[in-house]
Amino acid sequence: MTTMTRAGTAVRFEHIDKSFGHNQVLHDIVLEAPGGATTCIVGPSGSGKSTLLRCANLLEVPTSGRILIGDEAITDPGADVDRIRTRVGMVFQNFHLFPHHTVLHNVTLAQQRVLGRSREEAVQVARKHLESVGLSRLEDRRPEQLSGGQQQRVAIARALAMDPEVMLFDEATSALDPELVKGVLAVMRDLADRGMTMIVVTHEMRFAREVAQQVVFLDQGRLLEAARPADFFDTPRSDRLRSFLKQVL
Amino acid sequence: MDGIQHVLDTFFDLPLIFSTLPTLLKEGLLNTLFLTVLASVIGLVVGVFLASGLMSRRLVLRLPCRWYVDVLRGLPHILSIYLIGQGLPLAGLNVFGSWTYGYAALAIGLMEGAYMAEIFRSGFQSVEKGIVEAARSLGLSRAKTMRLIVIPIGFRRVLPALTGQFILVIKSTALVYLLGLATGQREMFAIAQDTSSNNASLSPLVAAGLFYLVITVPLTYAVNAWDRRMREGRPVATLPPVEAAA
Repeated sequence: MTTMTRAGTAVRFEHIDKSFGHNQVLHDIVLEAPGGATTCIVGPSGSGKSTLLRCANLLEVPTSGRILIGDEAITDPGADVDRIRTRVGMVFQNFHLFPHHTVLHNVTLAQQRVLGRSREEAVQVARKHLESVGLSRLEDRRPEQLSGGQQQRVAIARALAMDPEVMLFDEATSALDPELVKGVLAVMRDLADRGMTMIVVTHEMRFAREVAQQVVFLDQGRLLEAARPADFFDTPRSDRLRSFLKQVL
Repeated sequence: MDGIQHVLDTFFDLPLIFSTLPTLLKEGLLNTLFLTVLASVIGLVVGVFLASGLMSRRLVLRLPCRWYVDVLRGLPHILSIYLIGQGLPLAGLNVFGSWTYGYAALAIGLMEGAYMAEIFRSGFQSVEKGIVEAARSLGLSRAKTMRLIVIPIGFRRVLPALTGQFILVIKSTALVYLLGLATGQREMFAIAQDTSSNNASLSPLVAAGLFYLVITVPLTYAVNAWDRRMREGRPVATLPPVEAAA
């Protein structure tokens, strides 16, 4: 594995609260996802994991608190949301490829329309990333003609083609048939090894243990533990995490 | 036997039908199609703008669009055609001079725009929120997401409904007869109607009816097939073999 030359960009969540109406789903979250490292967020459903992740590219706007990508406070009023989002790639549970475009066009569209790359350059970059996720031969297919695992790898290539500094994964393997999970996790593992800053909401405990530098436990909108994987899984401090791990391991 | 002959003379007077055919084809069919395309283009443009307005988060945009759609869908077509097609020139708004087609196409287009707006809105709103979020997360602005993602996907999904509406436009063009057309401007219905009253036989109208069916029925089937193909994608057999999934 080659190491990325760029020093990784850190993501800092500073006292994040988030409410939907009267329903507060995040309570005073303080978390740093270190640059070049993988942070896994685990917890029961409805614990606010996805909401927290979605705050990192402003798909959700925190009710209060500050989020920094590197040195840039993305939550400041007047922040250029569209430009910030080019720095942060996101992969969704249900892939959400553009159904009316081929695989290749899915990966070139934003490069051309957002970054202003030429058609030739966008295609070149797209092919590089499609090759890295093992899908070069399918560039002319439509998303509907691919398996879920292939679609998700296209979605990863689509995000990577924007040269993001940070990658967010929102339960990227949860919608996949079990036999397709491995291929997607392998791509994510490779990305982590290459020094991408990653925040990964996942139920894959083995992935969290083997790949993450930090594992975070969220429960009912509160961050209860953040630790290195060995400590997180072997010596959980809170009862709540102990019982959660007993359920999922 | 007299009774049967009378029915045949009324509806299927073949010599009369054949003598009407050349005018019906050369003049009527061309004018009908021209008017249909003109009115549909106006309707599509009006429809897309109205649909965007109907989905706007701003009340000042949404409300006028809502009223427009409700009013024009709620009025009898014949009334709208008179009000717009005759009303504009009468009120001194001679935007098309004495070109009756302009007023006719505008009247039908404005009316159809209201229907197409609802069709477009349902199509645009059928685009999954997740796809919109994926586009936004790549840095596409709200406007670009609308133009490059939501409108193309939504448009494809409502193609069958739009074609159904297009067929209604073809039929609506018959109503411009009411605006009074000069000889060279008559579309199929006007020609058939004039010939029918001149010959005390409805046969020319039957002939015109057949022409309408020849256009509308195959069109419906063609678009259904197109829609099916779009949903299912290219036939898989024409594609190179898929590599192993994982």
